[in-house]
Amino acid sequence: MAVNNAPRTPMPEQPPQQRVHNFNEVALGFTEEQAKQEASRCLHCANPMCVQGCPVNVRIPEFIAKVSEGDFEGAYQVITDTNGLPAITGRVCPQERQCEAKCVRGIKGEPVAIGRLERFVADWHMAHATQHASPAYPMNYRHVAIIGSGPAALACAYDLANWGYGVTIFEAFHTVGGVLVYGIPEFRLPKAIVRRTMDELRSLGVQVHTDMVIGRVYTLEELFQQGFDAIFLATGAGLPKFMNIPGEELAGVFSANEYLTRINLMHAWDENYDTPIVNSHTVAVVGGGNVAMDAARCARRMGAHVHVIYRRSEAEMPARAEEVHHAMDEGIEFHFLTNPTAIIDDRHGNVCGLACVKMALSEEEDERGRRNPVVVPNSNFTMDVDTVIMALGTSPNPLIRMADPDLKVNARGCFVVDEETMQTSKENVYAGGDAVTGAATVILAMGAGKRAAKAIDEKLDGNN
Amino acid sequence: MPTIVTKRYLNPIVTMMELDCPHIARKAKPGQFVMVRPDALGERIPLTIADYDPVRGTVTIMYQRLGVTTHKLDLLEAGDNILDVVGPLGNPTEVEGVQRAMVIGGGVGSAIAYPQAKALFAAGAQVDVIIGFRSKELVFMEDNFRRNCSNLYITTDDGTYGEQGYVNKKLEQLLQAGNQYDVVIAIGPVPMMRAVCQTTLPYQLKTIVSLNPIMVDGTGMCGCCRCKVDGQIKFACVDGPDFDGHKVDFDELMIRTAVYRTQEADATERHLCNLQRMADELKEKKGGAQ
Repeated sequence: MAVNNAPRTPMPEQPPQQRVHNFNEVALGFTEEQAKQEASRCLHCANPMCVQGCPVNVRIPEFIAKVSEGDFEGAYQVITDTNGLPAITGRVCPQERQCEAKCVRGIKGEPVAIGRLERFVADWHMAHATQHASPAYPMNYRHVAIIGSGPAALACAYDLANWGYGVTIFEAFHTVGGVLVYGIPEFRLPKAIVRRTMDELRSLGVQVHTDMVIGRVYTLEELFQQGFDAIFLATGAGLPKFMNIPGEELAGVFSANEYLTRINLMHAWDENYDTPIVNSHTVAVVGGGNVAMDAARCARRMGAHVHVIYRRSEAEMPARAEEVHHAMDEGIEFHFLTNPTAIIDDRHGNVCGLACVKMALSEEEDERGRRNPVVVPNSNFTMDVDTVIMALGTSPNPLIRMADPDLKVNARGCFVVDEETMQTSKENVYAGGDAVTGAATVILAMGAGKRAAKAIDEKLDGNN
Repeated sequence: MPTIVTKRYLNPIVTMMELDCPHIARKAKPGQFVMVRPDALGERIPLTIADYDPVRGTVTIMYQRLGVTTHKLDLLEAGDNILDVVGPLGNPTEVEGVQRAMVIGGGVGSAIAYPQAKALFAAGAQVDVIIGFRSKELVFMEDNFRRNCSNLYITTDDGTYGEQGYVNKKLEQLLQAGNQYDVVIAIGPVPMMRAVCQTTLPYQLKTIVSLNPIMVDGTGMCGCCRCKVDGQIKFACVDGPDFDGHKVDFDELMIRTAVYRTQEADATERHLCNLQRMADELKEKKGGAQ
């Protein structure tokens, strides 16, 4: 195959001045021509490092070869051998730290746009597939209950259903998808994609029960009594953290979870829905992760002027580089090395300002090797804002461990599991995703779901 | 989707609905709540479980028609389905070991206080109840309480029924007269619960309040229902809804329950104009289906 030395194919996008007025997807996706062009940049390394960089080891050069040949359905089959949710991961994976970070072409230039190609293939399949998915193995009459319906749950459900297991998902909300629907906004992951993915799971035979809060309505013991042979806990991130600074009780202070849930799950941006949301003029979002970016960009689309406040520098931001750049393009102002000290009350219980201090990075490092920020003396200042959104991370949902105190959790409240099998301290109970790791990424959660599916399959020996 | 088994108006502003949801009825305990979403465009709101019958498989909710969601809910009739009912949520009220209890309900809060009184009375405790309303025509549940308590006291703000005054005035009288209780359970509007706590504090009398702040998911995710108890942030949906009333920061609770008040008033006003049209449409749809 001839090597194409062209630069990386840019992703067509809605221009910033247009997209800040709507919730439609920002990245528009490659055309067939663009996909083939980008695919022809792959060097087809004998020892492909990109595959090792992928948490679920998608056979990347193999699917890219099919794309460059124009066999898009063939490419889809290669991807879904190891990753059942490519339309989602192609959009939300931090590829620049995974597969694309390992791409040889990235050493001297720009890596192959693996994520964009994955997304193209998944979207092409959704638009052109004529057959419903069906399980690869016959029904084996073993049943698995999956608690939650976010990325860990869906990845686990996909594999088990494919292998012939009877899979039932119990979701607490009225809609399935977990963080994919309540957290990640429409403009980054259209909900139609999540619905299509769910349709595919249903056609594999997966049963879905919404409005079911396991721990309250059924205990794990009761699920086993109902005939489930194994349970996978994918209950996700839970209660939001706050800073414990004065003023966090004021009207106009939100956790990112609440702000995003109102907008994404409850459609507060759409006036046909009843969900109320504050009319913000100026918003401060505190935090530097993807959730902070999502909240900031939602607030921008709700018509506000938005500031992001982060206590370290841009280099330490945990958010994906692409999200940060998108946010900057949309006119969101970043204040690095800045930390809030108090939220100011207008004396009627509403926010009227945010008191901050400047920070500097010290030589001391935290457990992840990041330099610790310290306060710069006499650097206090105040920002005029009427809304503050705290995006500081979460601690796991407590409902299942409250209902089942035998289940071992660590000091942070996360389920303790065997890292290989994802089994908890209870026989036949597995766990994965944010409920185990604390807030992390979609693909890591999916990897955990797949490991659990494999361990459950080995334990229940369904195809024997 | 749970079906509405019965619907009754308890007074001019409060509606009772008995819902067919056996999986919730089997697990429900006094003090717990459900999240309800009446239709696909609607909000999720928390409503306390006012009664439950595991044999019939029903739970009862009562609501005051205040905002858009409760008005929408009220468009539904017996035989209709409610789109989403999630529960039972929250921690049950601890009633074990209580010998003498005082249960206090204010307004629609009386509905919420009822399962507590009923459970305590059934467990053999002496249960005194005070329920307070603004006026005579708003009094409800009187018979239910009478069957499930030792002494029932009713107060009205305007004196048109029972004794004139607020519930805390009656409580003060009873405490001054030497009545002894192991616990006071107070459920109602925030100012009422605060007044009850102020009344019981000098007596060092354990007082449980049931908080009903704004919630979105109700399952320990959004953090909207945060309140300060003993200086710590607590979440009513998973840490409560019951808390030690002497440790609750009521000032903060007042701020947090008022966050959307202006918007809600606007939305309700706008919505009420549409309500009649919606009711007509709904009837038409049902007529068409028959």
